[in-house]
Amino acid sequence: MRRFAGVRMRFGVVRFPGSCDEVDALLACRRFADAEILWHRERDLRGVGAVVLPGGFSYGDYLRVGAIARFSPVMEAVTEFARAGGPVLGICNGFQVLCEAGLLPGALLPNTGLRFLCRQVDVRVGNPDTVFTHACARAERLSLPVKHGAGRFYAPDYVLDQMEAGGQIALRYAEGHNPNGSARDAAGVTNEAGNVLGLMPHPEHATDPLTGSTDGGKLFASVEQVENEAPVLV
Amino acid sequence: MKVRVLIRPKEGILDPQGQAVERALPALGFEGVESVHVGRLVELEVADPARVSEMCEQLLANPLVEDYEVQVGAQ
Repeated sequence: MRRFAGVRMRFGVVRFPGSCDEVDALLACRRFADAEILWHRERDLRGVGAVVLPGGFSYGDYLRVGAIARFSPVMEAVTEFARAGGPVLGICNGFQVLCEAGLLPGALLPNTGLRFLCRQVDVRVGNPDTVFTHACARAERLSLPVKHGAGRFYAPDYVLDQMEAGGQIALRYAEGHNPNGSARDAAGVTNEAGNVLGLMPHPEHATDPLTGSTDGGKLFASVEQVENEAPVLV
Repeated sequence: MKVRVLIRPKEGILDPQGQAVERALPALGFEGVESVHVGRLVELEVADPARVSEMCEQLLANPLVEDYEVQVGAQ
């Protein structure tokens, strides 16, 4: 791990009203770097090197999942940060917010089985050349938990074709593990530039051997490594 | 002006809620029911109904997966 001028990489984890996984996300980030909570009313990201939008039920999931959170003040700053190439990781509800905000293609619809799902699934790394997955090998299998009611990734076929061609389906449910009817088994997708990743499984809940898998840590470690290898202005 | 917006899943997109209702009705003895779709109803009082479509595009519906219908002057 390289450090420049004593600058340690710092994650910012956004807390929306109704977020519930932000503390786990914060603790997961802190295994690999510094991390702090960013309140949804803030417009300043305080110089963080990466942003995490955590899971939960932001704004009560009113209207549609993720639909209201995208209008919160912090999302203006996150959008600007993402458009400038900053790494943004959206987990579960954070993924839904990123789709609603137009930072990721597609939408997340109610699970085909209509049930809220809470289980461990296997995903495969479809693209190890992203800021979030480069600590993984291609096709590496990761064991991560899912817990969601609206996790069915949908995009029109021509968009899915473009995404596949561009390596944007960074994570796929392993065969027989697609829990929600997601198109092309997409579990995690990036934007075209590859600096924004949204995924339904929860890597932050899979960083401690106590909970059965530490595979999720690889995503946070990937970001930390990339950010610390990038030149830092002091 | 009272406006009513009907939002429904786009045709061709799997609607498991509609399917669940469709399967439940015959169990209660209601035969001959098909093509059930479940959507949302949003009622608004607006000064300028001409802007409701814009509201739908930007917030009330997700045009990628939902169709909407604006009814102006609804009772």
